[in-house]
Amino acid sequence: MAIADVKEYTHLSPEEVEELGRELDAIRADIEESRGDDDAAYINRMITIQRRLAAAGRITLFASKYKPAFFAGAAMLGVAKILENMEIGHNVMHGQWDWMNDPEIHSSTWDWDTAQPGEQWKHSHNYVHHQFTNVLGYDNDIGYGVLRMAREQRWHPVNLGQPIYNALLASLFQWGVALHDLDLEAIRKGKKDPELMKKQLRQIGRKVSRQFAKDYLLFPALAGPAFVQTAKANATANLMRNLWSYMIIFCGHFPDGALHFTEEEVEDESRAEWYLRQMLGSANFQGSPLLHIMSGNLGYQIEHHLFPDLPSNRYAEISDRVRPLCEKYGIPYTTGPLYKQYGQVLRTIHKLALPNKFTRPTRHDYPETPEVPRGRRDDADRPTRRVETGGWTSRASA
Amino acid sequence: MVAERVSWAGVRKVGARLTTPLHPDDYLSLINPLWTARELRGRVEEVIPETEDAATIVIRPGWGWRYDHRPGQYVGIGIQVKGKFHWRSYSVSSPPRRSGRTIAITVRAMPEGFLSEHLVSGLSPGTIIRLAAPNGDFVLPDPPPEKILFLVGGSGITPVMAMLRTLDRRGTMPDVVLAYSSPTKERMIFRDELLALSEKHERLTLHEQHTDSDGMLEMKDLDRVCPDWKDRETWACGPSPMLDACEEHWEQAGLEDELHLERFTLELGGDGAEGGTVTFSNSNKTQEADGATTLLEAGEEAGVGMPYGCRMGICHTCTLTLVEGTVRDLRSGEEHSGPNEPIQTCITAAAGDCTLDI
Repeated sequence: MAIADVKEYTHLSPEEVEELGRELDAIRADIEESRGDDDAAYINRMITIQRRLAAAGRITLFASKYKPAFFAGAAMLGVAKILENMEIGHNVMHGQWDWMNDPEIHSSTWDWDTAQPGEQWKHSHNYVHHQFTNVLGYDNDIGYGVLRMAREQRWHPVNLGQPIYNALLASLFQWGVALHDLDLEAIRKGKKDPELMKKQLRQIGRKVSRQFAKDYLLFPALAGPAFVQTAKANATANLMRNLWSYMIIFCGHFPDGALHFTEEEVEDESRAEWYLRQMLGSANFQGSPLLHIMSGNLGYQIEHHLFPDLPSNRYAEISDRVRPLCEKYGIPYTTGPLYKQYGQVLRTIHKLALPNKFTRPTRHDYPETPEVPRGRRDDADRPTRRVETGGWTSRASA
Repeated sequence: MVAERVSWAGVRKVGARLTTPLHPDDYLSLINPLWTARELRGRVEEVIPETEDAATIVIRPGWGWRYDHRPGQYVGIGIQVKGKFHWRSYSVSSPPRRSGRTIAITVRAMPEGFLSEHLVSGLSPGTIIRLAAPNGDFVLPDPPPEKILFLVGGSGITPVMAMLRTLDRRGTMPDVVLAYSSPTKERMIFRDELLALSEKHERLTLHEQHTDSDGMLEMKDLDRVCPDWKDRETWACGPSPMLDACEEHWEQAGLEDELHLERFTLELGGDGAEGGTVTFSNSNKTQEADGATTLLEAGEEAGVGMPYGCRMGICHTCTLTLVEGTVRDLRSGEEHSGPNEPIQTCITAAAGDCTLDI
């Protein structure tokens, strides 16, 4: 079975699939060609706003023993962290701004304001997730190894606790993400390369201690008598960022329209078929321009997955061209308001806490696919598919 | 005293703990764009037209800049055009001053050089640019030799101007002959200043050659323009054909050690390398490259977003880590081997298979 056999595509002839691929390539070429001053000004403006906001938040929190300063400072810092992680960090580390040839805004040197070291994120995200989007057993982002998010994933009594794990993951998101690339299951089974593990743990230890010291020791200590209040405000800002980024990220691939794929379906996948998989495996959400900026333009998840390294400020304009293409070729384009998309995610989390026999699939037109084995693949089993997903450091350099 | 024990570097280190994962300079540069030493920056203070197609650009460098360039050296200038940074190298035309706050470069707009065009006519004061530290060995020794000949064509005057201004300011003007070629009187950069200098210093002789009317300065004219050229240490800067002719002429006289040349193109003196497969580890791309292809070109060919600057081994913007394998410096023929050796991709080629960390 190949991806062309997925029900949503069966009406397309191989020639039509290739034609769609060419049309998408043409969109990429147009955007690459037209990148210029306005785009550079956009990311620089975003970075300036974010840093000013962060500085203003930190300064306000010196007065955090007064309630208004506490809330204002925490809010500013929280928004700054969200902007930094979503619209700046995520996108810079995808290489969306490398074309500027600016050594200060480059995927190879950027690190973000969260517990996960940038280098590990680039491996788990740019490589594993973007290459193998929604392929069962390959994409570790299907439930992040914590939640059962697909009916094909084998049920275990542990899954009964999903509502609780979900709440914990949402509030402690940055710490969960920090451990994501380690592959705890491989470590438990003793399958992890010890050299690589040592390197990763060292990176995580260094990053975590710096992040923790900044938010919970140094800035509180500078605030003197407001030590406790400042630490609390920083925790609030981190919580804001955790909840928000968790929600946005879960709306990318877990709403109802986003399909999962099996190993067989992605065998011998062509470039055009890769595009098809990205379109059907991703879900957008609608909202105001401000909402899109605050979510790193991941409301345009479909466009982001088609063109991971094109500048995020162009995704809105790209979507105006991708959507008509979907209509032309009769391909679903999953989108909806944020609350509806997240509502579907929550429903899936709770439904899949139970074994399949107690719940009905959201989609009735699909036969139950066989379960996929647990555990992650090794990089050796995951040959590179596309090169435009952004850089990462390969296992070889452990 | 406390102040003596607290070092500037120490303060920044503590500051970095507060601003992690950013650098304190990332925040300070919000107040003043020059308050950062992460990358060398400068602000354009003034653009002074020199001739119809040439202008002097006065730049105020930011933190981290050392005003210790030697007269004759060049600096790398990075300018954002259509969102993208482009790099070129230009001779500093201002004399070095330890107390100075600015440096100046003089640029002639070349018909095919879109960056020089942009520098001369498109740059407004206040623009923030990037800089690369001064470099180059086309410099005047201190103290200067007794007798000097400067052979200059067109905008090749800029490094020589820095030397003359230094000699003037220090009051150490030796016996100097300046043979300066330019198409017309009007297109002669710094003509007024040079005339004034030659009035002031009787030991400075200026020979103007207006090539539109007088024709090119041929090597055979040298005996007329400067009969004692063989007794002089010579600095020559100008178009490539002129420099080639000089080189040949001085070699014939067996005086090549007395001649200093400045070329603004990459000269690959070393042997080529064997070539091989270049692997770009982060992007998992590979490229077959022969021994004459630089790693930068190989990366661009493979579609890797390679950082680059001057493309002639000066500015170090293109430096990447060589994870494994061996590369050869195409200028010197010197070999560098991994693991984890920083190399300049614009002047090195693969000597066998190699892997770069990008």
